[in-house]
Amino acid sequence: MEIAGVKITRRLLLMGVSIGAGSLAGAAVALPLVGFFLGPIYRKFPPVWRTVGPLDKFKIGATVQVDFLTSGGLPWDGPAQRVGAWLRRNNQDNFTVYSSKCTHLGCPVRWIPSAELFMCPCHGGVYFKDGDVAAGPPPQPLQQFPVRVENGQVEVQWRPEQVQYVELRSPCNGCGKAREEV
Amino acid sequence: MKALLQLVGWFEDRTGLIAKIKPLMEHPVPKESKWAYVFGSATLFSFILQIATGVILATMYVPSTDSAFQSLSHIQNAAFLGRLIRGLHYFGASAMFLFIGIHMLRVFLYAAYKYPREVNWLSGVALLILTLAMGFTGQLMRWDQDAVWSVNIAAKQAARLPLLGHWMSRFVYGGDHLSGITLTRFFDLHVFLIPGAMMALIGLHLYLVLYNGISEPPKAGAPVNPKTYKRQYKELLDKEGVPFWPDAAWRDALFGSLVIAACVALAATVGAPKLVPPADPSVLQANPRPDWYLMWYFAVLALSPHQLESYIMFLAPLVIFGSMLALPFLFNQGERSPKRRPWAIAWVVIVALGVLGLWREGVKAPWSPRFQSPPLPNSLPASASSGAMHGQVLFHDKGCEYCHMVNGLGGLRGPDLSNVGNRITKQDMVIRILNGGRNMPAFGGILQPDEVTDLVDYLTTRRLRPGPNLSQIR
Repeated sequence: MEIAGVKITRRLLLMGVSIGAGSLAGAAVALPLVGFFLGPIYRKFPPVWRTVGPLDKFKIGATVQVDFLTSGGLPWDGPAQRVGAWLRRNNQDNFTVYSSKCTHLGCPVRWIPSAELFMCPCHGGVYFKDGDVAAGPPPQPLQQFPVRVENGQVEVQWRPEQVQYVELRSPCNGCGKAREEV
Repeated sequence: MKALLQLVGWFEDRTGLIAKIKPLMEHPVPKESKWAYVFGSATLFSFILQIATGVILATMYVPSTDSAFQSLSHIQNAAFLGRLIRGLHYFGASAMFLFIGIHMLRVFLYAAYKYPREVNWLSGVALLILTLAMGFTGQLMRWDQDAVWSVNIAAKQAARLPLLGHWMSRFVYGGDHLSGITLTRFFDLHVFLIPGAMMALIGLHLYLVLYNGISEPPKAGAPVNPKTYKRQYKELLDKEGVPFWPDAAWRDALFGSLVIAACVALAATVGAPKLVPPADPSVLQANPRPDWYLMWYFAVLALSPHQLESYIMFLAPLVIFGSMLALPFLFNQGERSPKRRPWAIAWVVIVALGVLGLWREGVKAPWSPRFQSPPLPNSLPASASSGAMHGQVLFHDKGCEYCHMVNGLGGLRGPDLSNVGNRITKQDMVIRILNGGRNMPAFGGILQPDEVTDLVDYLTTRRLRPGPNLSQIR
């Protein structure tokens, strides 16, 4: 027998059967393995409201750390489920909750009350009290979590922080500027 | 003795292993391949040490975000010989990084990547990449504060990749945020997938060393010609080759044993780095730092110009490893001797000095605010105004001291202000404080006018040498 000009011998047929059967069996195992490994990447967690304390716990004008849990945790998550964020009470009913992750590379920013600045310990990023970039490499302001007051309790909505795609900036934007030094 | 020989004979009759292995062990190698050639085997010795200590550590380590740190803490502080084994694993990793670097520099200097050893080099580059991956994933196994924030840093960097950034970031987390899966996936990578790939590549690398032979030390004026090289190499071995075992291998065995002994001594005396507080993303007073072998990269991330850093993050690895992979195809023949390849020497010097310089900066981290800086001791003259004294307090409280040094105290981010009174006018000080700069926040909306005055009054007293007191100029 010939297929496309190639004579199919018994030996060639056996080779084809062996390789074909092996490939099918391999794919039958490999596909579920890869799927299982990549599965968590596609898993999405719904936003969830978390109570962080009663209204009167927070002073107007003060920024304090609040802790809460993510949603959809696994039984063995342990501390990995915890989130630390910075809550600022702007006035009687208005709050802002800032993510603690520096928008540069995700290090934990800390609030310096006396200086009214958020500072990053890793690469020197600094933010103003409203989350805007004050200095250093961060490309964007601090992210915020939605916040509300329900039955006298302040609630923060945990949602996966957006993985920010940082728009590539022109490498020559700012070229030629004099180095700023005191 | 007779019984032992009979036993060996029986085993050989059934397996034929000695007949197969003996010629491999005794294959001829160039007589001049001496001490410069021991770093590859030292890397292999270190890898074997990592496998052995890793397997033992895994008998007690719990790869769960709930318990990983506690299990490691138990290994370090309570388990019999746990501190030693963990120290061995740490120093074994350090040795592996050190020797794979030296080995690759030696191969590059000797141009041993040229014909017919291109695939040896490619497999070596792949092993270097996997070693870096082992270092990063290994640091995460501690699941301490450094580890948990390193994952965030890796995810943020992955997110900079155009088009695929979102998915790469999710791949790092094992989802859209940090969770229990994050650690188990990295454990899987560190313990199974990457070591498995490394073992396969090491097998290929060793096979190729046998197949192509150990490259002879280069001689100036003896370029590689693919048409004649294999014949010349065979003639060289026929003429002055020596059996690998034991004539050449004894140096590998001795040096590798010394490396292991040094690791044992360091593990027993110095020990592995102390465990920092356990991973808890809600503890924000963290100061994440990589292990020493990745400290140079920490500096790259801090020192890159802001406009360029996204390009650097995803293009630099492509360019660096792409160049390394392309090297044997671009220059697979010609001179091998460093004497005839001055650019090769220049590259080695540039790379070595560059990595060392970046590593030094990474350790120093002048860009990081010094949160622990104590309030400045009173160094004001008796005649100083109360405003200047208040300014000294403000200098600490408002965070100026985190980034500026005065008389040896404070940070390194901004200029040293110990003699700022000699250098700039009061007016310029006010302008700078109110408006800030690229790496300094504008304090215009933070400081009250009288606080600015007090701060400037204090700074004008910072004069170390006689000279013009510019601060008096208004």
